[in-house]
Amino acid sequence: MDFDLTQEQKILKQSARDFLKKECPPSLLRELKSDEKGYLPRMWKKMAGLGWTGVMIPESFNGIGGDFIELSILLEAMGEVNCPSPFFSTIVLGAMPILLAGNENQKKALLPGIADGNLLTAFALTEPGQYFDPVHIAMEAAPDTDGYVLTGTKLFVENAHVADKIICAARTGGNPGDKNGLTLFIVNGKNPGIRVNRIQTLAHDHQCEVVLDHVRVSGNDVLGPVDGAFEILESIQARAVVAKCAELVGCLQTAFDMSVTYAKERNQFNRPIGSFQAVQHHLANMVLDVDGARFITYQAAWKIARDLPFRKDASMCKAWTGTAARQVTTLAHQIHGAIGFCEEMNLHLYYRKAKAGEVFFGDPAYHLEKVAQALGL
Amino acid sequence: MEFQFTQKQIDFRNEVLNFLKTELPSDWPDRMKYWPGGYGSMELNEDPEMVRTAIAFKNKLAEKGWLTISWPKEYGGKQYSYMEQAIYEDLIMYYKAPGMGIATGIAGPSILHFGTEENKKDWIPPIARGEINLWLGYSEPDAGSDLAAMRTTAIEDGDDYIINGQKIWSSAAHLSDYAWLAAKTDPDAKPHKGMSMFIVDNKSPGVTIRPLINILGSHSFNEVFFDNVRVPKRNLIGQKNMGFYYLMLALDFERLMVGIGAFAKMLEELIAYVKTAQRDGRPLSENVQVRQQIAYLATRLEVAYKFFWRTADMLDKGQQPSVEASALKLICTELSRKMADMSMEIMGPYGQLTGPSPWTPIRGMIPKGYLDCISATVGAGSSEIQRNIVAQRGLGLPRK
Repeated sequence: MDFDLTQEQKILKQSARDFLKKECPPSLLRELKSDEKGYLPRMWKKMAGLGWTGVMIPESFNGIGGDFIELSILLEAMGEVNCPSPFFSTIVLGAMPILLAGNENQKKALLPGIADGNLLTAFALTEPGQYFDPVHIAMEAAPDTDGYVLTGTKLFVENAHVADKIICAARTGGNPGDKNGLTLFIVNGKNPGIRVNRIQTLAHDHQCEVVLDHVRVSGNDVLGPVDGAFEILESIQARAVVAKCAELVGCLQTAFDMSVTYAKERNQFNRPIGSFQAVQHHLANMVLDVDGARFITYQAAWKIARDLPFRKDASMCKAWTGTAARQVTTLAHQIHGAIGFCEEMNLHLYYRKAKAGEVFFGDPAYHLEKVAQALGL
Repeated sequence: MEFQFTQKQIDFRNEVLNFLKTELPSDWPDRMKYWPGGYGSMELNEDPEMVRTAIAFKNKLAEKGWLTISWPKEYGGKQYSYMEQAIYEDLIMYYKAPGMGIATGIAGPSILHFGTEENKKDWIPPIARGEINLWLGYSEPDAGSDLAAMRTTAIEDGDDYIINGQKIWSSAAHLSDYAWLAAKTDPDAKPHKGMSMFIVDNKSPGVTIRPLINILGSHSFNEVFFDNVRVPKRNLIGQKNMGFYYLMLALDFERLMVGIGAFAKMLEELIAYVKTAQRDGRPLSENVQVRQQIAYLATRLEVAYKFFWRTADMLDKGQQPSVEASALKLICTELSRKMADMSMEIMGPYGQLTGPSPWTPIRGMIPKGYLDCISATVGAGSSEIQRNIVAQRGLGLPRK
């Protein structure tokens, strides 16, 4: 047991923080909330230059290698400053599914572009009326000469408006509710049959409604087995959940740090509010939430990196961190009082991101149910 | 970053596991009514056969050298790493085995660190052999969370100190041989500069031990009165007036004593119960709320374990985990409370059944736990005190 980062990991974390400190003030999220792209291509190029977009991608595909812990470290650093970028949708939800399920041709065609920062992706899973379980996917992928025709609507597709490729889950067989019959497709984001509508969200995170109207996809663009994507989807979901928790750990840490600083500086009744035990106890409770989130997240990341069974860990991680996200940012606001309620303050950006993270790919109740199943209930 | 044991640690864990399975009666964990995190159960005391078994088991631990697992080798200890101690502690608590007490866990290591050569000669051998038991003489009627407010005095008189005062919440004082006692040797000095540590024989004239029956109906606590009790000067531990400092540093030695393994055991029993118990013709485990509650407890326990191993990791790296240890105590004892609350909710009316009957779930452990968990968040530094430590020492928040 060693709870500390290795020397290399510490260096990575520090360099990520240094870069983001210079390039990405937490307020950038607010500044880009109505931006056409929603991210700064100049900053994205620099991230690619640092090798971030190549993390987890093998060197043979222009990546820098690296494992899930390194990915988590980068995500945590981005979470600390609410970094608006296509990183999550492209690396976690693009490169990772391709690495997990792609054939050699697909990897060769897509991974170098992702690693170089030239190819952006999005991941289309959830449909209207659906929550997080892939079994409920209804979108039809009808067989056609040497391919499929996709028709239906996807929701909560982050960065679809800028995506070159959209990885889309659809049904090639069975009925909604069946595990069998699900298939993943790599769809060209610029296909004329695709209509992307930005949806305004709490956390300014550029999610989209994606409407596919008879979109033709070649058989070569099936990602993984036909009818057999359920297991891959679960695997993607579990990994994405841990990755999101890593981002949340950064988000929580900053909200917490801001609160400690504020409690020391803000005077009322001629003394710092941090000298009142009511405030101290809020902060002590936040320590348990933040540290606990960090430990359980990095444990799950470590298991993924070591190729150990991790599904239960991933769900425990999301259940704890999702709840902690809400509790910590709520208390952070309580400690900040009225000033935190102002648009120009950054704290509410963390409050927003925490909530978005909490519901991403399964809220705490959803993941507790998965934990219950893993416990044999 | 590493979330697994080394091969050496795995081997040691297996050794302890085999030892416990071989040397403890197989029904031992079921007979112990200890609730994880609680301080109130004293079932040993009530059954002479269990007392005999416990003594025999402790002798075997002493033979193995595991009673003094943390001690330096030159004093007959094993000098195991904190991680190994944590592994040991986890399993001992999982099996609710008689293990470390105040003597081996707190007094012994304190004497080894701060004691005079004479102290070591007097006390280390019998403690290491498991021959003597000590009780912790810290709390007083007006000095609970505010330990510095203690009033018991020890005044020099010839070759002795004369002790006057009262201690309270003295767990197992009536079953022990000596007090590990904090008293003021300089009543005019500030408390942290005028306190000393003593070992006082329970049989000394002027010592009166009165039982305090706890909420479980057990005699675990006592109040102990000291009326002009003479203690030879050689029973002063270390230097005069350094007691508060020793006492604070001695907290290091009990940081891992949070009963973590007992939580894991209790959760297993709870899971087994909901899998078999029926409610309205369906297994309890199918109930959505029950599933959420069990998963919630399992998740919190997983996180509590992380705090536990992290504390051991820090100690092994030579770091001082004072704040982290408070966080560990806080998360474990709050889980004690939560586990009892949720278990009671899950059991509904059956959670009221305390005595032996065909209708009593899990040997009546749950209602016992519901009573015992009150002590968890109050004893050994209340949750509020732990939060103060985290906030003030850890985060540097001002006291005023």
